[in-house]
Parts: sequence; structure tokens; C-alpha cells
Amino acid sequence: MSTRITGTSHLKSENVNVWFGERHVLKDVNITFPANQVTALIGPSGCGKSTFLRTLNRMHELIPGAGFAGKILLDGTDIYDPQMDPVNVRLNIGMVFQKPNPFPTMSIKDNVLSGLRLSGRKTDDASGLLESSLRRASIWNEVKDRLGDAALSLSGGQQQRLCIARALAMNPEVLLMDEPCSALDPGSTRRIEETIVELSESMTIVIVTHNMQQAQRVADETAFFLAEDGNPGGVVEFGNTEDVFNRPVDGRTNDYVNGHFG
Amino acid sequence: MSTSSEPTSHSPVRRTLKAKPFSRADRMFFGVARSASYFSVILIALILVFLFIRATPAFQSQGIGFIFGSNWNTSNPHHIVMQIGPMIWGSLLISVLGIILGVPMALSTAYFIEFMAGKTMARVATLVVDLLAAMPSVVIGLWGLVVFTPVASHWAELLHKALGFIPIFANTSGNFSASPFIAGWIVAVMIVPIITSISREIFSQMDRELINASLALGGSRSSTFFKVVLPTASGGVVGGVLLGLGRALGETVAIYFVLNLIFKVNWFNIIENQGGSVASMILSKFGEASDAEISGLMAAGLVLFVVTLVVNWIAAYIVNKAQPWRKL
Ligand SMILES: Nc1ncnc2c1ncn2[C@@H]1O[C@H](COP(=O)(O)OP(=O)(O)OP(=O)(O)O)[C@@H](O)[C@H]1O
Ligand SMILES: [Mg+2]
Repeated sequence: MSTRITGTSHLKSENVNVWFGERHVLKDVNITFPANQVTALIGPSGCGKSTFLRTLNRMHELIPGAGFAGKILLDGTDIYDPQMDPVNVRLNIGMVFQKPNPFPTMSIKDNVLSGLRLSGRKTDDASGLLESSLRRASIWNEVKDRLGDAALSLSGGQQQRLCIARALAMNPEVLLMDEPCSALDPGSTRRIEETIVELSESMTIVIVTHNMQQAQRVADETAFFLAEDGNPGGVVEFGNTEDVFNRPVDGRTNDYVNGHFG
Repeated sequence: MSTSSEPTSHSPVRRTLKAKPFSRADRMFFGVARSASYFSVILIALILVFLFIRATPAFQSQGIGFIFGSNWNTSNPHHIVMQIGPMIWGSLLISVLGIILGVPMALSTAYFIEFMAGKTMARVATLVVDLLAAMPSVVIGLWGLVVFTPVASHWAELLHKALGFIPIFANTSGNFSASPFIAGWIVAVMIVPIITSISREIFSQMDRELINASLALGGSRSSTFFKVVLPTASGGVVGGVLLGLGRALGETVAIYFVLNLIFKVNWFNIIENQGGSVASMILSKFGEASDAEISGLMAAGLVLFVVTLVVNWIAAYIVNKAQPWRKL
């Protein structure tokens, strides 16, 4: 296993194990996500990438029957500590979902500011926050003249960038993205990838993707997950994206990144 | 033979395309469906025509006072006065009370069943709600009179003691039973099942990703409910409330048991021992009614029908106005 860590350790998983009911789906996942870097999670369908991602901001525990063991450390603090309020965890660790899911009853503007309303937080400068969030998600120019329009009047790609803006408005330290481009056309995908690279200057990003080119374009680090038949999933290889794709240590990684299975 | 297109001298005749059922089975199916829908429309029309014809003498003899006046005196056959203003107002008042009391109950129950309860608990709760829906209204009325009235009268008395300076909770008679407040509770009990089961259905069809999005943004369970679930579901929930309202306005027997019907408008003194209800009034008078009175009761039924219709329209209009995104 080739491991190269850049920057300070910011988010770290220690011996993460996950169950759904009696089923053990993830075993001993140890990953250190370097600060201000993009880490891609890749692997065949069903190996537990989304599940792992959801443990990183305590969304996992919302599923009935979900089990968890291990630690997730954010700047050294275990987010599963009984003293931790999961709401605070999620405010620090934002999430963008696979399918664009803007709130259908809200305008573009209200969607961006929805996190404030939902978490009962206030800001002195709502319009400043609105503009900066939309700019960071590279959608400001497209929507600045129609902020009051319904969010669903946007195209799928624009909706996804709106969802990114919505997450950014809470100013998270970490942003989790689960296949954020899988429902989008190549043009929108390209723009979101550029956004991801820009955002990584100010936050740590973890992205699940099935797109090998995308992983290579955006990710500094890559973790390859695999669940071999009947066994819980785990990390086979983790390291610098270049290395994982071009000089994989494990034969299974080599097979996967070259499209031999999965 | 060549397939190249020959120049035609005239444009082709346009053929009529009909999505007509072709097979025998389809024709029968269409026939049955169509006649059933015609049948129900005709039935409703016939009922209305019947009501209208029978109600006409009362409307003619009473004039506009029938709706706005507050007097009912049929003892002198040469001078019959039938005015149902207090009953119309009472029906509306009780329905509003029922909605105010019942909707939060129904929404909480639906939320509990759909989002909080485990499988077994959800099944039990659903069963209980369905049982409540199947409870004959005469049984609820009896329960309301024998069991609930003493309890609710006590609540009303406490309300009066604490908040009696607010006109709504004024009570001059010292009698706290048979009030619109109690009738409102009974209506609430009767409309909770339907509003619960419709809301539950709407909640269950709700996109879970919206709820996840809200929680991932740092939303709590309650802020997610009030700011995401409820607004998104509001169209369907209001539909359920409207169905409940229809039932509330038409509720007859149960209210007959628990409300003191008085031909004097009780505008908003909800814990006063007097109130009105068109449907219950019809029931209470029907037994020993003369022909002239029967016509008055028919007219009252027609008015109740129109009021229910208008309330539904207004509510539907408000809902559409309040939901611009639905036009998408
Ligand atoms: N809500 C759930 N209840 C029970 N089992 C689940 C649930 N969600 C996922 N699983 C199981 O956990 C395992 C990992 O699923 P997960 O969705 O994390 O895979 P994934 O790597 O994200 O796959 P994909 O690439 O297809 O999105 C799978 O075997 C799946 O069946
Ligand atoms: Mg997944």
C-alpha cells in the first residue's frame, strides 16, 4: 500500500467498520485526507464508497439498522464522540449529493441561504454570502439576474452547482461529494471539476467517482475500495493519484484502473 | 417497382385518427367506465335539482333573511319564520376549531408513523388511526357526550379562569358544556384519520434526498419538518385538510349530541354553552317537521352544500396563490 501524505492531516478515518443490520459492509478503513487536497474514492459498484462517505459527516447513522465502529477525526477530534452534536459536525463537513436536490419550494436565493434558516443561524450580510457562495460555485453569472426564480427552473448542471453553492454558504471545512457529475452532461461536468479544483484551495474535498478520467483530473489522492465476494469492503490502495493510476502497487488496483473488472 | 417518390398532383387526404378502443373487451371497459362516470354526475345533478325544487318555497317565503337572520319560529302556521344564520356561522366556527385542533394532531401522527416509528409501531399506529376512521359517528357522539364533555368542560373552565379576559374565552352562563369548543374537539377527532392518512401518503412519497439535503446542511429534525417537508408536501396536505373540512362542515350526528343548538349567533365565544350547526339542526328538526318546515330544512341543506363548495374553492385558490413553484 503506497501512502504519501501531503499537508496537515485534517480529516482522518481510523479503523472504520460499518454494518447494515447484521451485514458487515466496510472493514477497517484507514484514510488520512490531507488538508486542502482533493481525495477521490473509486471502486466497483457496491463496494461501500457512498457508505464510507456518509460516515464522514454522520449521515450514515440516519439509516435504520446502521452500525458503526472506529473513529473519524476532524482536526484531531472524534466526530462520533458522545459530546458531539451531529448538527455541528454536518455544519463543518458539507455534502453534495449524486442527484441535484435543490429545495423545490424555494427560490435560487433561498436555496443558497437555506442552510442558515435550517440550522437557525444568522448572518449580517446575506446578500454578500449569497453572491460569494454562487461565485465560488461558478454559477453567479448565470443566475445573478434571476435570483428570485424557482430553483427547479435551472438546468440539471446548474442545479448541481446551486447545491454546491448551498453547501458552500455554510462555509464548511470539508466538502463531501458523492458522484456529483453522474447525472450531468460533459460540459457541466467540466465546469464542476474546475470548481472543485478551485475550491480545494480553501477546503478539503472528498469525491466519489466512477469516472477514472475525472479522478485523474481533479484528485490529488485516490483511494481504491473493493469488496471481494461475500467479504466486507475496504481500501486496497491509497496514495497519490498519479501513482495509483500509473504505478499501482496492488494487482487488483491495476486491473480496476485499466478497466479489467468492475 | 421503384420506390422513388412520384410527384403527386394533389396533397394526400388527411385521415382522421381516433384513439378508439378496438377490441371487444376494450369497448366494454370504456363503456363501463364512461357510464359509471355519467351515472355519478347525473346522480349529483338529480340530488341538486330535487333539493332546489323542494327548497324553493322556503327561499320564496323567507327571502334573504333565511341566510342572514337568526330566528326560527314555526308555531304559527300562518307566519312561519325560518332563518339559519347562527347555524351557518356555527358550522364554520366549529369546522375552523376542528381544523385548528385536528391538523396539528394529524400532522404529528403522520410524521411519527412515517419518519420516527419502527415498523411494528408504525403498523399499530396506522391500525389505530384506521379504526378511528371506521368508528361510526354516532358512537363518537355518544362518547363525546358521556365521556368527553365532562373532561372538556373542565378544560374550558380552566381556560376561562386563566384567559377569561380575552373575549374568546368569555363565559357568562357558568355552564361550560355543549359549547363550540367541545364540538370542535369532536370534529377534530373525526377529521384526524383522513388528514393523517393522506399526509402520511404524501410524506411517504416525498423525495428522501430533500430530507437528507436538509440534515446535511445542519438542519434539525424539526427545522427540516417545518421548512422542507411541510412546504414540499403542503399541496397534498392541504388537499387532505380540505377533505377533512368537507367532513367537518357536514358532520351531523356527533355534533347533535354534544352541542347546544341556539338560534342566536355565537360569534366567537367558543366556551359559551351555545352554538350552531346546519347539519345537526336539520337532524334535530326533521322528526316533527311540517311541510313548510321540510322545505326550510331542504333549503338549509342546499345552503350547506354551497357553503362547503365555496369554502373549498377559496381554500384551493389560496393554496395555488401560495405556491408559485407549482406552476412549473
Ligand atoms: N440503506 C442501506 N441498507 C442496507 N444496505 C445498504 C444500504 N445502503 C447500502 N447498502 C449496502 O452496502 C453496500 C455498499 O453500498 P454503497 O452504496 O456504499 O456502495 P457504493 O460503493 O457507493 O456503490 P455505487 O458505486 O453503486 O454507488 C452494498 O452492498 C449495499 O447493498
Ligand atoms: Mg454510491
